[in-house]
Amino acid sequence: MSKHEIKMTINGRSHTGTVEARVSLADFLRDDAGYTGVHLGCEHGVCGACTVIVDGKAVRACLMLAVQAEGSEVKTAEGLAAPDGVLHPVQQAMLDEHALQCGFCTPGVVMTLAALTGGRQKPTEDDLLAAMSGHICRCTGYQGIRRAAKRLAGTELGEKS
Amino acid sequence: MTAVGISTGRYIGQRVQRKEDPRLLTGRGQFVDDISLPGMLHVAFARSPIARGNILSIKTDVAREVEGVHAIYTQQDLARFKVDMLNFYLLPPEMPITPLADGRVSYVGEPVALVIADSRHIAEDAASLVEVEYFEEDPVVTIADARRGPLVHPESGSNIVSQMGEEEISEELDALLKGAAHLITHRVVHQRISQSPMETRGIVATRDGTEELTLYITCQSPHMVARWTSLALGLPQTAIRVIAKDVGGAFGLKNHPWKEEVSVIIAALSFGRPLKWIEDRYENLIAANQAREQEMVLQVAFDADGRLLASHGDYSCNNGAHPQVADCNIAVHMFLWAAYKMPAYGFLTRGWYTNTVGLAAYRGPWAMESLIRETALDTAARKIGIDPVEIRRRNLVTLKDQPTASCMGIPIEDITPAECLEKLVAYFDIPGFRKEQEAARKEGRYLGLGIAAYIEPTGSAGSIATMTGELAQVRIEPTGMVTATMSTHSQGHGTATTMAQIIADRLGVAYEDVTVFEGDSSRGGFSPGAAGSRQGVIAGGAAIKASDLLADKVKQLAAHLLEVGREAIHIEDGMVHVIGAPEKSRTLRAIAEIAYGEPTRLPPGFESGLEAQYRYQPPPMTLTSAANACVVEVSGETGFVKILRWIS
Repeated sequence: MSKHEIKMTINGRSHTGTVEARVSLADFLRDDAGYTGVHLGCEHGVCGACTVIVDGKAVRACLMLAVQAEGSEVKTAEGLAAPDGVLHPVQQAMLDEHALQCGFCTPGVVMTLAALTGGRQKPTEDDLLAAMSGHICRCTGYQGIRRAAKRLAGTELGEKS
Repeated sequence: MTAVGISTGRYIGQRVQRKEDPRLLTGRGQFVDDISLPGMLHVAFARSPIARGNILSIKTDVAREVEGVHAIYTQQDLARFKVDMLNFYLLPPEMPITPLADGRVSYVGEPVALVIADSRHIAEDAASLVEVEYFEEDPVVTIADARRGPLVHPESGSNIVSQMGEEEISEELDALLKGAAHLITHRVVHQRISQSPMETRGIVATRDGTEELTLYITCQSPHMVARWTSLALGLPQTAIRVIAKDVGGAFGLKNHPWKEEVSVIIAALSFGRPLKWIEDRYENLIAANQAREQEMVLQVAFDADGRLLASHGDYSCNNGAHPQVADCNIAVHMFLWAAYKMPAYGFLTRGWYTNTVGLAAYRGPWAMESLIRETALDTAARKIGIDPVEIRRRNLVTLKDQPTASCMGIPIEDITPAECLEKLVAYFDIPGFRKEQEAARKEGRYLGLGIAAYIEPTGSAGSIATMTGELAQVRIEPTGMVTATMSTHSQGHGTATTMAQIIADRLGVAYEDVTVFEGDSSRGGFSPGAAGSRQGVIAGGAAIKASDLLADKVKQLAAHLLEVGREAIHIEDGMVHVIGAPEKSRTLRAIAEIAYGEPTRLPPGFESGLEAQYRYQPPPMTLTSAANACVVEVSGETGFVKILRWIS
């Protein structure tokens, strides 16, 4: 198997590694870089648990190869809160609205909401709810997630990913 | 101030920030795949592509040559480990089960060989190169196949794995059914369900020396896994520690280890390095146990006024080839008419072997009873020509009827299914809905109303070996903070939050000052964890009792130190107060420092420290009841059902 040297910025810190071409970004983030908040629920791009932000966009880390992220800015759930521990507004909204139970799907949900509310466009409630169709919560905690999305709708949260 | 003792109700029933959420929201949860140990290797399985047949040969030589492969085990290689694949009740299975297939496969996905390699990628590469030759036979797939097909296990006498009740309807019951003014026969077929937790199954097993075994495993109770592993693998003298801090859902699938997890444990014992297996979604949907494939025929007889006279139920459940618990689901019959006045009931209930994955628990395994009974009542109401609410009203057990016993002998006392129904219909404008329904029908839209009332069991303890009480160990640390070690386990239940609410209320401290630890078999004591809606009821009781014992201890010590009567001591917000003497108030920390560090100041005979524990043994079963109404719209074109309102 061929090996490739790759370098990317993860949660604001430079990270280099040597990977086989077939290694997914999710496996690289988890196993090489140690960001185990990237959860693998299906490895088919269906459940959304592994969603991370790559160059400002929400991406399924299981469907992207690590080598494709060469030179990119990657953000995971570990990198969302402020350095002093103050939660990102998306995390705070989910906390306040009890939008999680087992927490396995949660990092992916958080990253999708953060990506959509992070730019200049102010997403509507419908936009956010539509984006949630890409996430499966097996605890059936959707009502809490909907409340969090509703609260975040129309807000610009200033997430500069 | 009149309140003496512990403040209550400040947190119980209130909305609080969950203890679990900050770590889970920031990607800092600890699920099994997040564990990495030095020297750890990875496992993948070669699995059967056929449902039924004999294994003629297994060739592993090509697979072994893949760079990075360390070992490949078949059942023959692991046969020196005598494993008894116990069920949830810790009893041996009806037919022997081996961790890896032993000469024969009985379902698609059955693990045949285990590959150990440097990475999961390499292990999967090699598993695909394991060559297995099969003599394939026609599989027994459905319950109907099982009734007439060949034996799933050739050495068993029958495809019936478990059976209760009467083969034939008794003459007496038959006469009641046939002689009734109205008799309906109602059939419900329920499809198979995959528990599909978001976090698939997985384990990291490490042998630490010859006498210690540590397992990180996604499960429903680390204590249950430790107990099961000790007994099933025959390791009474091994110090087994099971750790499962966060679990991404279980839904009955993760009660105890099964074929794959056991194979990894004995492979780790054999190979001597830590091994990790994380099931992928493909494996989970193909090879993990499943539940619910069942069918039932229910006969219900009514008098001319729609009052219940008699009933008979014939139930069958697909158990697969290797059920985790062989089951004919007697609970369906136990609870079928528990909320209703049913004079006579008979049943036949059976579980069937098939060449499919085994039956595992699934939330509310008896739920068929509500589904078939309530839909049968609606069918009967239409036939008899009475209102669906009225047919229930005439037959539900009311508080006035109690104490009584159900037709299956369940004591019914202080339980309110009928009163729940009355509350429901008072809240929901049924005549208004009927008008709405009629108007919608004229527009070509199909609206419907479903109603269900029922009694459910919770908090089962004492009638089954593994269904025990729960243990709470609560202490006030020398810092004045409160720490609790619980036998509970959360797969999303938020038990640490619930227990902290209870403890904070009962002790008189701030919720923020309570830390709850769980998820490690080396802490606390045995409990089966999440199984049958039991943790809130039972562990909640343990937390109350342990906190009360601890509060008493604080009061005894404070009364001694402050030279007042014990009844004058009041704990609130982490402060110890003396009623009528505010100058005597002390922090819990000040009292705790003395309790731990100044034994000469303690009352005679006082055990130093501030610690208490209590194992709560509840009644054998705690019943609960409810009534639900649901308004749906069914698409005439696609049949898609959309829930419009749900009132509980």
